[in-house]
Amino acid sequence: MEIDQVPQDDENVFEGKFKVLYAVDKNGMYTKVPTKGWNPENIALNQAWEVINEKIQQAKKEVEEGRLSPLGYYMEKNLMDTTLLAEYMGFSLRKVKKHLIPAIFETLDKDVLEKYASLFRISEKELLHIN
Amino acid sequence: MKNTLPCFVFQKKNCFILIKSLKIDFEHSQSAHCENGAVSNLLRFHNLDLSEPMVFGIGSGLFFSYLPFVKLNGLPASSYRILPGWIFKRVTHRLGIQMHTATFNNPEKAMRSLDETLEKGLPVGILTSVFYLPYLPKALRFHFNAHNIVVFGKEKDNYLVSDPVGDSTVEISYEDLKRARFAKGTLAPKGKMYYPVKMPETIDLASSIKKGIKKTAKDMVNVPVHFFGIKGIRFMAKSIHKWPKRLSEKEGILRLGQLIRMQEEIGTGGAGFRFIFAAFLQEAAVVLNNPALKDISKEMTETGDVWREFAFEAGRVCKGRAASDVSFAYLSEILLNCADREEKIFKQLKSMPL
Repeated sequence: MEIDQVPQDDENVFEGKFKVLYAVDKNGMYTKVPTKGWNPENIALNQAWEVINEKIQQAKKEVEEGRLSPLGYYMEKNLMDTTLLAEYMGFSLRKVKKHLIPAIFETLDKDVLEKYASLFRISEKELLHIN
Repeated sequence: MKNTLPCFVFQKKNCFILIKSLKIDFEHSQSAHCENGAVSNLLRFHNLDLSEPMVFGIGSGLFFSYLPFVKLNGLPASSYRILPGWIFKRVTHRLGIQMHTATFNNPEKAMRSLDETLEKGLPVGILTSVFYLPYLPKALRFHFNAHNIVVFGKEKDNYLVSDPVGDSTVEISYEDLKRARFAKGTLAPKGKMYYPVKMPETIDLASSIKKGIKKTAKDMVNVPVHFFGIKGIRFMAKSIHKWPKRLSEKEGILRLGQLIRMQEEIGTGGAGFRFIFAAFLQEAAVVLNNPALKDISKEMTETGDVWREFAFEAGRVCKGRAASDVSFAYLSEILLNCADREEKIFKQLKSMPL
């Protein structure tokens, strides 16, 4: 790749300052060139975020329908799955999965709720709702 | 060793409290990849000036693996380099640099140990999770746990950070840094920190470069498992060919998107580290006075361009601009071309006298 081929397809992914590529100058010597982005990677990145956003919307819907506890929504919002969430909390996977059930979530102790809330950096009160 | 500004410290019940800012005179240089960059910047502080490509090449960073059974965000994992942390290990070992590395169970202790090292005037390499670094663009913050940064000072409650991929230095709060150092999940950093403690009196650069090249060539050509090296590229090419028959269109497209991201977005310097490696060969040609390496560097650049073509075409498929089964076959062909080119390059590097 030559310097003038370094793409600058800006979708503000790197906020203009977090990426360099290696490219050759006119004499064939390698140098670092800043890049704002490249269409194929912008497409791929958008695609990955779409999948995440779909999951968040799905969780939101399930919470509204009473099939999932708000914990499930905040888990998706923080790009986590039950395995990762269990690891952060130091709980068993089974326990975390139980907490996703609204009826069980409602009976949780204050300290468990606080622990979840502090992981997501929200208040305990916010954890009880999704808005 | 460079000078540090004075800092004043109170001792209170065996715990140190910094009351004034501390800034180590640390030169930040932006790099494509965090591990190369952190090592390169740290070594420069200790008066050893090695470029990012040099660190990458001596550390035999280039590799390829395609592991469809290992899932990353539910999609098959592909990688264009050796495992995180290995470049660091190989490069320090080959150059004879003695490093201090430590991991911690206790986050407070890990932060205290960082403070104490800074107070000695030493910048510290730190492993973090990208997800918990607030200064990074939101779109890039996934749960990736092997991001290297260098902390080189403190200003009140904030740490001064040289993030190798950033164009300038940034700050991060105590709480945020602690969180990022103790992220959980795959490759959990466990508060890992590192810094050079003893630099060798003389450096045998030529021999380290030779070892780096030979190891990379051997890894790419010889590994007998078909997930890795040249065999891995061919394996991925053949798998992609079968995707339209085996997977739903959506799944196939998501998988292609993941390949593009691993190749281009994740700090590879373009074409899955192939351009950085070509830059390394170019520098190596000068140090070893071996013009043949310059020619191979050129071939590597051309091969990198073919990898970029793969990403470009894959992007078109993702965007729905190309009819799908014809294009998957075409993508597969491009990758086979990459494999053939790399086989030629690495066989040559493996057998040539250096």
